[in-house]
Amino acid sequence: MALEPAVTDLNKLKEHRPVARLIEWNAAAVLRGKYDRGELTVWVPRELIRDVLTFLKSDPELDFNYLADVTCVDWVPAEPRFEVVYHLLSIGPKKFRLRLKVALSGDDPVIESAVPVYTGANYFEREIFDLFGIHFSGHPNLRRILMPEDWEGHPLRKDYPVEGYR
Amino acid sequence: MATSLPHIASLESGTDRTMILNMGPQHPSTHGVLRLLLEIEGESVISMMPDIGYLHTGFEKTYEAKFYQQGVVLADRMDYLTPFTNELGYVLAVEKLLGIEAPPRAQWLRVLMCELIRISSHLVWLGTHALDIGAMTVFLYCFREREDILRYVEAIGGQRMFPDYFRVGGVALEPPLGWLERVKKFVDRFPENVDEYEDLLTGNPIWQRRIKGVGIITREDALAFGTGGAILRSTGVDWDLRRDMPYSGYENFKFNVPVGTGCDVWTRYVLRVQELRESTRIIQQVLAGLPSGPIKADAPKVVLPDREKMKTQMEALIYHFKIVTEGFRVPPGEVYQAVESPRGEIGFYIVSDGSPKPYRVHVRAPSFANLQILPKMCEGRLLADVVACIGSIDIVLGDVDR
Repeated sequence: MALEPAVTDLNKLKEHRPVARLIEWNAAAVLRGKYDRGELTVWVPRELIRDVLTFLKSDPELDFNYLADVTCVDWVPAEPRFEVVYHLLSIGPKKFRLRLKVALSGDDPVIESAVPVYTGANYFEREIFDLFGIHFSGHPNLRRILMPEDWEGHPLRKDYPVEGYR
Repeated sequence: MATSLPHIASLESGTDRTMILNMGPQHPSTHGVLRLLLEIEGESVISMMPDIGYLHTGFEKTYEAKFYQQGVVLADRMDYLTPFTNELGYVLAVEKLLGIEAPPRAQWLRVLMCELIRISSHLVWLGTHALDIGAMTVFLYCFREREDILRYVEAIGGQRMFPDYFRVGGVALEPPLGWLERVKKFVDRFPENVDEYEDLLTGNPIWQRRIKGVGIITREDALAFGTGGAILRSTGVDWDLRRDMPYSGYENFKFNVPVGTGCDVWTRYVLRVQELRESTRIIQQVLAGLPSGPIKADAPKVVLPDREKMKTQMEALIYHFKIVTEGFRVPPGEVYQAVESPRGEIGFYIVSDGSPKPYRVHVRAPSFANLQILPKMCEGRLLADVVACIGSIDIVLGDVDR
């Protein structure tokens, strides 16, 4: 099982239903795409993320009814620094999996919360807020979840010292 | 982790009819260090806020400082009741990144271990759940069988709780002589043990009245909150990754996925007990058809060589030295590998930048997602039902806090 090179050409990616449907719905919603190691990734502009999630959840053909995971990756010193990653799953006969990515700059790490669409995003977004310092606008209860409330800094950022601040 | 008074919405309305009750983090029936802030009016729960983080160990940060092969050890320690499922998710993710696959015998052994540990995990759940509600005896029965399983785990991995048995590209060792026969004897008699538990509980009127109709959630909520395992299946969602998105050779086995529509604690109890029987069936199929052959993939740059080869061949010795001191390089990319743990979907999201250490590892912990639905189950119900509901989401705090 050798690795095949990743497919990044959008026209080729249209073979996958989720990408094709997204482009049909709004071509501006797909910045880039990637099919690598059997997994589909789509980059979405920050302004559109809630609309995209709403569409993917409500579209009967895709039926992404389950938000499996939300997380974040810190690419410091690159800019845009953060990438918020959503893993969607369609539970039922279709069995699609889709990864959405949103790039965020280091000085303005704010993104719309997914909680109004998927209630379960609540804890995951609090975790990202806690460990990466990313703000989710419209989140009902954005507080630290794992670290103590008076903790300084965001431990999963790459510039956070492993031994903690001295 | 809240240190100040909780941010409970209705607290601000200033009514003095309610009081705040602090449950945990050292409460025996919170299954670990879960702290619940309950707003109660008399005996009924008005609102609830789980407060977690007491067991936060920063595994995800630790991963970034470890070689890929060292990460298996960390996976064990998250959900400490099902170490093998976590290991499986992790090694499958790394294998996917590398583009290698474990040989059939290793895959089947992995399935065998995962199902054994699923039984063990469900036994801990059943025992403690019954204990919380007041049925003492079941606990002793369950731990009797769990002890057997832990002995098999110790024999194969060297440790009872954190076996560290799976490797990237295969499993560590062949099972010891006579081990498979011992497991066979165990699974042959285990269904009778399940009958024993059911004799004590299923027909018991106290047990039924304590959990029937308690902790009801809707199908829509179960999906929207991202719950998994028996919680999701108790609301009629017919979904099990082992069957629907098979990995590690699960497509070779015949088993049923129990689904219920009761949406309450009772249904989740019934489903998990059925899962005990289904796991036994899978183990029997593994034992009947375990293929022979190597237990490690043919990937000399990733998999440690046999000891014998290492002592006789220069090449093998060099690879061994390289892997142990420098790790192995993983092509850049990212994967999300989900496997079905006894608690739902556990997913490993690993980002590689081409170095021997992962750039980022994120664990989608099933208990973390499941915990979100607890307030929905408990609000508006009696205080005594809270304990039944916590038991029914089968929470493991090591998994929640990571």
